[in-house]
Amino acid sequence: MTPPQRQRRYPREEPPPKPTPAPAKEKEGDGKQPERLYVVAGSDDGERADLDLVTLIVANAEPPPSATPEQTALLRLTITPLSVAELSAYLNLPYSVMTVLITEMLTAQLVTARAPIVRQALPDRSLLEAVMHGLQRL
Amino acid sequence: MDFKGSDTIPGPRSEDQLPHTAQAAVKIVIVGGFGVGKTTMVGSVSEIKPLTTEETMTQAGVGVDDNYGSETKTATTVAMDFGRISITEQLVLYLFGTPGQERFWFLWNGLFEGALGAVVLIDTRRLEVSFDVIGRLEERGVPFVVAVNTFPDAPRYPVADLRAALDLSAEIPIIETDVRRRAASRDVLMTLMRFLHSLAMSGALR
Repeated sequence: MTPPQRQRRYPREEPPPKPTPAPAKEKEGDGKQPERLYVVAGSDDGERADLDLVTLIVANAEPPPSATPEQTALLRLTITPLSVAELSAYLNLPYSVMTVLITEMLTAQLVTARAPIVRQALPDRSLLEAVMHGLQRL
Repeated sequence: MDFKGSDTIPGPRSEDQLPHTAQAAVKIVIVGGFGVGKTTMVGSVSEIKPLTTEETMTQAGVGVDDNYGSETKTATTVAMDFGRISITEQLVLYLFGTPGQERFWFLWNGLFEGALGAVVLIDTRRLEVSFDVIGRLEERGVPFVVAVNTFPDAPRYPVADLRAALDLSAEIPIIETDVRRRAASRDVLMTLMRFLHSLAMSGALR
């Protein structure tokens, strides 16, 4: 029996431009959470912080009296570091809404972001070795 | 969700909290067709119960969508499961299982761009499902290994035949696995890490 055949591809000359997720425009009655998302995220006009799925977020302080319920929830979750992806999962908010909420909180200095280690053209061997050691202990 | 009762906000169990010392995270993406075992693999090695992050794909994306939803639908929710492995007190590894269609990748900014590498999980009963995703990874220069999730009724091809069928160069590892087993999934990740390490070594020698 012969498997189907694929044709190899090669790196593009220029990497595709970084996608910027289009802000979800609210439409009456669309989706499961109409209108609500906009309220949670506040103004969507501003710049978003450069957040990754695995940027670790840490609360700077107890929720101030002025904090919104969403901010309070996020501050309680981030007493210890937690990734943006985990926050999105626990708070049941779409990733794009999560990044807007966190951007606001970073601006207000309610939380701190710990940037991820991303792939480099020349990978950091000691990092790869650390990951291997960690996996071996599983 | 009602945030007003914030005492009842779900969150990590105390044993699932990261230590304060956690400084940075890295990620690996597990990509493959529907039902190939991505979530099973994430779950078998993750230290936390796999979680799900969702994103809403709005009109623009749905317009080119030929598999999901109806033409009249204006928004589709796409879910991605992920898990976590603490590497050291400072370093955390996240594993994301994502659908093979590239249009979904854009929903999570930097999903592949920042990943250390990818695992392409394949099912030999539907080998062609993986063709496009492998091509996309090649085009984007994302290093990857191929893991064959062995299903009992799936055809077994010699690795050399698979390599030829997938048109993969000799250095790209292909391994058979059973992602239901933690040790097997761990070995897939180790294979990826060793491959990345070999790339780092050869890059350094160049």
